[in-house]
Amino acid sequence: MRFLGRIAAITLKEFRQLSRDRLTFGMVVMIPLIQLLMFGYAINNNIRNINVGLLDEAQSFASRSIIEAVKATQVVIITARFESVQEAEAAITAGQVRAVLVLPRDLEHRAANKASQQALGQWLIDGSDNIVSSALLGLRNMPLQELQRNFTQQSTPTFEAVLYFNPERRTPVNIVPGLLAVILTMTMILFTATAIVREKERGNIELLITTPVRSLELMLGKIIPFILIGLTQMTIILSLGHFVFQVPINGQPLQIVGATLLFISASLTLGLIISTIAKTQLQAMQMTVFILLPSILLSGFMFPYEGMPVPAQYIAEALPATHFVRMIRGVVLRDASLMNMQADTAYLIGFTVIGLIIATLKFKKSLD
Amino acid sequence: MDFAIEAHGVTRRFGTYTAVDKLDLRIPKGTIYGFLGPNGSGKSTSIRLLTGLLTPDAGTINILGLDLPRQAELLRTRIGYMTQRFSLFGDLTLIENLQFIARIYSLDRKLMKARIAELLELYELADRSNLLADSLSGGQKQRLALAAATIHQPELLFLDEPTSAVDPENRRDFWEKLFDLSDAGTTILVSTHYMDEAERCHYLAILEAGVKRADDTPQNLMNNMKANVVEISGPNLRQLKQQLLSVPHVKSVAQQGVQLRVLVDKQVVDPLDYIRAATPGLQALHLLALVRPSLEDVFVTSTGGRH
Repeated sequence: MRFLGRIAAITLKEFRQLSRDRLTFGMVVMIPLIQLLMFGYAINNNIRNINVGLLDEAQSFASRSIIEAVKATQVVIITARFESVQEAEAAITAGQVRAVLVLPRDLEHRAANKASQQALGQWLIDGSDNIVSSALLGLRNMPLQELQRNFTQQSTPTFEAVLYFNPERRTPVNIVPGLLAVILTMTMILFTATAIVREKERGNIELLITTPVRSLELMLGKIIPFILIGLTQMTIILSLGHFVFQVPINGQPLQIVGATLLFISASLTLGLIISTIAKTQLQAMQMTVFILLPSILLSGFMFPYEGMPVPAQYIAEALPATHFVRMIRGVVLRDASLMNMQADTAYLIGFTVIGLIIATLKFKKSLD
Repeated sequence: MDFAIEAHGVTRRFGTYTAVDKLDLRIPKGTIYGFLGPNGSGKSTSIRLLTGLLTPDAGTINILGLDLPRQAELLRTRIGYMTQRFSLFGDLTLIENLQFIARIYSLDRKLMKARIAELLELYELADRSNLLADSLSGGQKQRLALAAATIHQPELLFLDEPTSAVDPENRRDFWEKLFDLSDAGTTILVSTHYMDEAERCHYLAILEAGVKRADDTPQNLMNNMKANVVEISGPNLRQLKQQLLSVPHVKSVAQQGVQLRVLVDKQVVDPLDYIRAATPGLQALHLLALVRPSLEDVFVTSTGGRH
């Protein structure tokens, strides 16, 4: 029976060590807790309140009643009104709205003339997110009570739909740009965090702080190689996506690189902050997972932002990955520019600057 | 005299624990100055205070004419620091390690090349210059660390227990290099808990529990010791030791192989007679002799415990 005693000795020792590593202990509790909450909230394909625009050329009683009926579904909220198709398309490209409802000048005529079998209006839909676009496609056949007397024959859809950017609704087109965000989050944060913590563990930092190297110099010197690694990963993912999965690269290369660089910088500073907190490489890895999980679940990569409850949207807004998923889908699929997405661009720049300041202040060149 | 290090009343606490207590130091330029003390006596903390890595809670520190911690950054290029643990990069080669350190100290390219070649030659590492640092032996790692710490020719060199991981022969070689550096004008502050290493220093401070107990040349420390040393050989040394420990003027008793080393207060005029009279367990066949004090004896008397 001695073997039981020896196993018990090892088990007891493991428990004691585990209880002293508070970060690991915290992760044991926090990871299932947060993951469950996030999954529970994020997986919601019952999408509401999608931002859409309106191009009402009819300006009539019929158009107003159609608009009211569309609003009543709660699937969309109308956040913008446009005067021309060009204006509407530009707003879709910039990501301001996910779709635009176009009600034509001859709306009354179409409604009256049921024999023509013409749809009443048209949805211009941003196809870069498949779940959102399928929710909008669901509106095609919505019945219209107000116009029922004129429009009894339901074989004709109420609306036509035009899917921009991904007309065949192929999954890779949706997934590949988002995957870039997830892979960069993982590697950039993990690489920087462990690279610095490793030097702490090995005692190299003790040597470096006695030299003339300044904290900021050390930080910048450490992250530059990872910027190149990040750009290499970007090239691999997008080339593979383009040549193997036929993902269209509609954006300007300079815009793609620009957006990616902004995200790489934000992720690297996040890695630096982790490295100033974590004491071991294992802790650094756990903290990376802590950032990575919400970046996969809440960033819009897997589940659309519009399907999440408001608290989850706040968390999503704080994550650099959310902003990058929006930006990279916009740039790659819709040929948007960073100027079109100023809010996301500004957030990533601000995140990097503030993060770098925090990391530099926390990494003091003294042992106090 | 010109001092490389002047410190007055330097105190550093960690919470309620006082790691260094009112330390006064005056270290003349060009000397090798040793901190001798057991683990936890405040040697490393003192070195970190003197290099500006820690801020003192009280006291003033002036290193090479610069006030610490205010001018710590200016001091960086003028001092070298060798950490207790090997802290160069194990996954870089020797030459890559030295190039890295040289660039950190902004040595220009030509000087860097010459300096690295010179150091590799001096520290007998030239034939290993393309090996990874991890593959070196303890003694070679030590010499590489010294090469890195002196690459920018510092005026003042701090060595924190530099030879704790090397064998006696390597330690002797290492000290030869230190004497060469000292001869060339470098001031060296070295911490150690090895007596043989401490004995090589020009000046020595004995630290215990954050307090400096004594401070002089090793020879003076031994000559001015406040105890005489008596060696006793014979049977039943363990029992004899217990008896001796209760004798009033005996400061310490330690067994060294077949002998007992007894430290007797200097105010006892004839220590041999005193011990014979005070210890009933001593028999005629026990041999007593008055011997020359060693540095360990100085250490034991200054740190004052009855062992």
